[in-house]
Amino acid sequence: MDWRSYITLKPGTTFVVLALVVIALALGAILIGPYPITFAQLIETVTRLSSGSPLPETQGDTVLLSIRLPRVATALLVGAALSAAGAVYQGLFRNPLVSPDILGVSTGAGLGAAVGIFFSLPVILIQGFAFVGGAITVTLVYLVATSVRNHEPTLVLVLSGVVIGALAGACISLLKILADPYDQLPAITFWLLGSLAGVRTSDLTSALPAVLIGLIPLVLLRWRMNLMALGDEEAATLGIDPRRLRLLFVAAATLMTASVVAISGVIGWVGLVIPHIARLVVGPNFNRLLPAAMLMGAGYLLIVDTIARTMAETEIPLGVLTAFVGAPVFVWLLATGRRSW
Amino acid sequence: MIRAILFGLVCLALPFNTLARTVEDSAGRLVEVPDHIERVYAAGPPASILVYVLAPDKLTGWSRALRDEEKPYIAQPYRNLPETGRLTGRGGSANIETVLNLDPDLIIDFGSVKETYVSLANRVQEQIGIPYLLIDGRFENTPQALRLLGEVLGVSERAEQLADYVERLFTWIDTGLAEIPTNQRPRVYLARGPAGLETGLKGSINTEIIERAGGRNVADPGDESIRRGLVQASIEQVIVANPDTIITWDEHFFRAVWNDPLWAEVDAVKRGRIFLSPSVPFGWIDRPPSINRVIGLLWLAGLFFPEQLNFDLREETRIFYRTFYQVKLKDSELDQLIQWTGDPTLP
Repeated sequence: MDWRSYITLKPGTTFVVLALVVIALALGAILIGPYPITFAQLIETVTRLSSGSPLPETQGDTVLLSIRLPRVATALLVGAALSAAGAVYQGLFRNPLVSPDILGVSTGAGLGAAVGIFFSLPVILIQGFAFVGGAITVTLVYLVATSVRNHEPTLVLVLSGVVIGALAGACISLLKILADPYDQLPAITFWLLGSLAGVRTSDLTSALPAVLIGLIPLVLLRWRMNLMALGDEEAATLGIDPRRLRLLFVAAATLMTASVVAISGVIGWVGLVIPHIARLVVGPNFNRLLPAAMLMGAGYLLIVDTIARTMAETEIPLGVLTAFVGAPVFVWLLATGRRSW
Repeated sequence: MIRAILFGLVCLALPFNTLARTVEDSAGRLVEVPDHIERVYAAGPPASILVYVLAPDKLTGWSRALRDEEKPYIAQPYRNLPETGRLTGRGGSANIETVLNLDPDLIIDFGSVKETYVSLANRVQEQIGIPYLLIDGRFENTPQALRLLGEVLGVSERAEQLADYVERLFTWIDTGLAEIPTNQRPRVYLARGPAGLETGLKGSINTEIIERAGGRNVADPGDESIRRGLVQASIEQVIVANPDTIITWDEHFFRAVWNDPLWAEVDAVKRGRIFLSPSVPFGWIDRPPSINRVIGLLWLAGLFFPEQLNFDLREETRIFYRTFYQVKLKDSELDQLIQWTGDPTLP
């Protein structure tokens, strides 16, 4: 079955529609939440701000500008970054079952955060540790993989990712055992489940530049990404250096993933399912796949996060929700989807 | 001849038989325990505190070795007891052979008496043949828990003294607050975790001290069927709940919250009613949920109702630490505890 036969829109129109949907979702999400804010208030605040009035004055403004706006924006950013990284990895490894965690970035970030919590550090340092943990883990994986010769490079990369990831996972378990069970253990557990509950503007401003920097090579080299999907030998015959290109793409995707995971905690499934769905809609051409995956990921995580913060009196961990939604969708995709990347 | 051997066997067996007795624990299990108990293994941090306050000589070790900053608040001989791990609860880390090596006469667990813990107790007891008592760790049950274990350990007199202290404290608070209608009781948020966005739902063991001290926990989902435990909250939910009092033991959060614009509009912050709980040798409001909460209860009740409940916290703290932890605090050590509790401008 050709899925694209369902999509009768031109590619450009598809992106316009996706972008409009995401904007509509964001507007809706800003208005939803435990603190009552009406559309009129939103308009009022926006006009007051655009007229040049200084800092927020009412509590409604604080909620709108310092809590909900950063949270909605962060949800969009995290979803887009994870999906972009997922699309990169799926292309690089020519495998739709690959997610951004494949090289251990999330596990490494989890370990970094667990160390931070274990030593009772403030939030900013926990985030820093998470970012560094994710980056170090992927670096280790890459070094291990390049030191092993005479094997198919992507296979070795995946395998060393599995090994180092398992090691990092074991270290997390060790820290959980050693942590104070009444204080640190719940904090580690919550972190590993992922949440945007504590997000504030400073988180957004620290993650956004990193994501954008990671995005630059993906956008500039989007055509070469398609060549990478052909396999190393064919790519080499077309005049590119697959090893250097792979390193660059892995570094870019890791930067994006690590910087968003540092502020959101571990959120699985998004980077696995969304690129997959995006491929069904716009096809495997990375030129179109990347923006489609980012838009869909942004919208998807925004929906999930809005559910997480409004469905109950307390927060529902994002990792739980994405798995509940992602797992059935993925099974369905496996059962019906085409094979092409 | 045979009769003589039999007689001898009976004599050998006699001391064990006559000196054993049957005790009913909080889960309703009938457990045979020896008459004289010299060594008690505490299955988790709450149990080790319960055993420590009653009969520190019998404690085989701390579930987790005391840290340096905690040691001055524990009587000298017990500061360096070995770490013996946790047998139950979150993150069980004890090895059953290690437990055997410690050669305890009795294993105590103080906390939940739900089916999971009952079955675990039964399994361990069958496996290594050491009597295993479950004692209900709910705050309200504290006097009974002290009496039950005191009797088992042969320190009934001390247990009675401590239980009486707790009972009088409960009654004193209840009497003092009897006239205060619900809507005049403080609305309290327990901020846990480095960002202060973890909390315990009303009714959870982590927060029962709030209600016991006459406060109202704002993290109350209302629906009784919801499992009560630790949850994550968003800052928006805290703003909507608008607590007038925040308690925490996380110093990072405590220092940051005063100048945090997101928290600025919360009633408790505007009124300056954020309080940091002391945490040595054990937490005052939780961590772990054990006898250590008794002094925290007095402190919280005094914070919530300074007009109705009048007392000298410094003096009462000295008495509590002397009575329960059997440690005479130096003035400087006492000062540190009191400064912790009272001074919102603590650096």
